[in-house]
Amino acid sequence: MTTMLRVRNLAKTFTLHPQGGIRLPVLGGVNFEVAAGECLVLAGPSGAGKSTLLRTLYGNYRLQEGSVAIRHGDKMIELGNASPQSILSLRRTTVGYVSQFLRVIPRVATLDLVAEPLRARGVTATEANERAAEWLARLGLPARLWHLPPATFSGGEQQRVNIARSMIAEYPLLLLDEPTASLDADNRRIVVDLMNRARDAGAALVGIFHDADVRAAVGTRSYAVEPLREAA
Amino acid sequence: MKPLLRVAELGKRFGARTAVADVGFDLYAGEVLGIVGESGSGKTTLLRMLSGQLTPDQGRVEFTARDGEQLDLYALPEFRRRLLMRTDWGYVHQQARDGLRLAVSAGANIGERLMAQGDRHYGRIRDEAIDWLQRVEMPAERIDEAPTTFSGGMQQRLQIARNLVTRPRLVFMDEPTASLDVSVQARLLDLLRQLVAELQLAVVLVTHDLAVARLLAHRLLVMKDGRVVEAGLTDQVLDDPQHPYSQLLVSSVLQA
Ligand SMILES: Nc1ncnc2c1ncn2[C@@H]1O[C@H](COP(=O)(O)OP(=O)(O)OP(=O)(O)O)[C@@H](O)[C@H]1O
Ligand SMILES: [Mg+2]
Repeated sequence: MTTMLRVRNLAKTFTLHPQGGIRLPVLGGVNFEVAAGECLVLAGPSGAGKSTLLRTLYGNYRLQEGSVAIRHGDKMIELGNASPQSILSLRRTTVGYVSQFLRVIPRVATLDLVAEPLRARGVTATEANERAAEWLARLGLPARLWHLPPATFSGGEQQRVNIARSMIAEYPLLLLDEPTASLDADNRRIVVDLMNRARDAGAALVGIFHDADVRAAVGTRSYAVEPLREAA
Repeated sequence: MKPLLRVAELGKRFGARTAVADVGFDLYAGEVLGIVGESGSGKTTLLRMLSGQLTPDQGRVEFTARDGEQLDLYALPEFRRRLLMRTDWGYVHQQARDGLRLAVSAGANIGERLMAQGDRHYGRIRDEAIDWLQRVEMPAERIDEAPTTFSGGMQQRLQIARNLVTRPRLVFMDEPTASLDVSVQARLLDLLRQLVAELQLAVVLVTHDLAVARLLAHRLLVMKDGRVVEAGLTDQVLDDPQHPYSQLLVSSVLQA
């Protein structure tokens, strides 16, 4: 199978300068690979560093130690020495990230927000908006909300906007941080189904799912993120 | 791809005081680079050196012209530098009044830059002016009024239209929303965000507002005492700041 993501000896320590330079070692010795068509579940107790790891894979947190290689077209890009421009290019076409919370852009309507990843790739407004409407419908977001900015939406509604925004782009590598956390059972089933379809279509998924049912339904393997300080 | 703007080892002193020291970066077409830092950190001095308005004591600013020629900004004859500023570059001032001609109409403010480019066709200039008023969401029927009759938000829109009408490839912005009420700010930011994406503008944006930086900038430079203490993707710098000063800056705001 095609390797989409390869992580070697990744370590991450936060240094909190305003707090007198306290050093917080969070991750160390992280090693795994994820192939196309797989879903790797990151497991571990609260505070173990699961979200930190996911953000580092997205290039949101800085990679300080170790190596993260991501397949971008027919090349493996090493995050540690990628220019800002090539990280942005990775995010445009290869890596999607669903955070637990939606970061809203003031005044931008939900439909445009969801269409944006396609627009950024040069898809016409009409086509991008049609596809955005399809995804919002699939995720059961009422059509009366599509033309409103999501700032006032409920947690579950915002989360579905977030998922639509990442799914529409059909990224070959999807990083998911508790994508179903604020959803009711019906919506959770819909999202699980969408994640399974993406994976079966050949996407590689790395996810944090607190719900055991979701883990069982989507995951193909799991990786234990060990809390560092207890081990030390 | 060649960078549009290439800056190396730029420095400026005022008497014994170092205002800017050893600043370097590349800026590519379509990129928005935010410069953040507290007041007095050298942001505006840097912007003025980048935009040809203040001669540096040290270093180089190079700009790639439309024909691919690499121009060393401060080695250019004065008239060529001025021509660049009037056509290929834009400069949006914090105070709209500093960037507008207050004695002439809105239409003339927009048309002036076209005329500087050599356009002499009155009808076409007026049509362009009307088009640009609409693009910045201003009522076209106010084209013959002087900017002094406009609200602060409208003046800022007019300043933006005046700058963009010549289709510049690089625009400098110094705190473009700071002088406006919060409600007006949000609309203007939204407009800027759209225009920048649509026109594939390269922008150097000075702001002390991290929320503005988050919304508009792809990359950030954090400045302290005239030096760049941290650089990176906007979300990296704001979510995982490394330098003590960046951490202080980020932790000092409520939400960005
Ligand atoms: N930007 C940051 N700066 C400093 N410390 C951070 C930062 N982000 C995370 N941490 C710290 O890293 C540790 C791991 O946090 P993280 O959010 O990755 O845990 P988690 O495994 O996702 O937990 P949960 O299951 O509760 O979501 C925590 O101690 C957290 O405070
Ligand atoms: Mg987490």
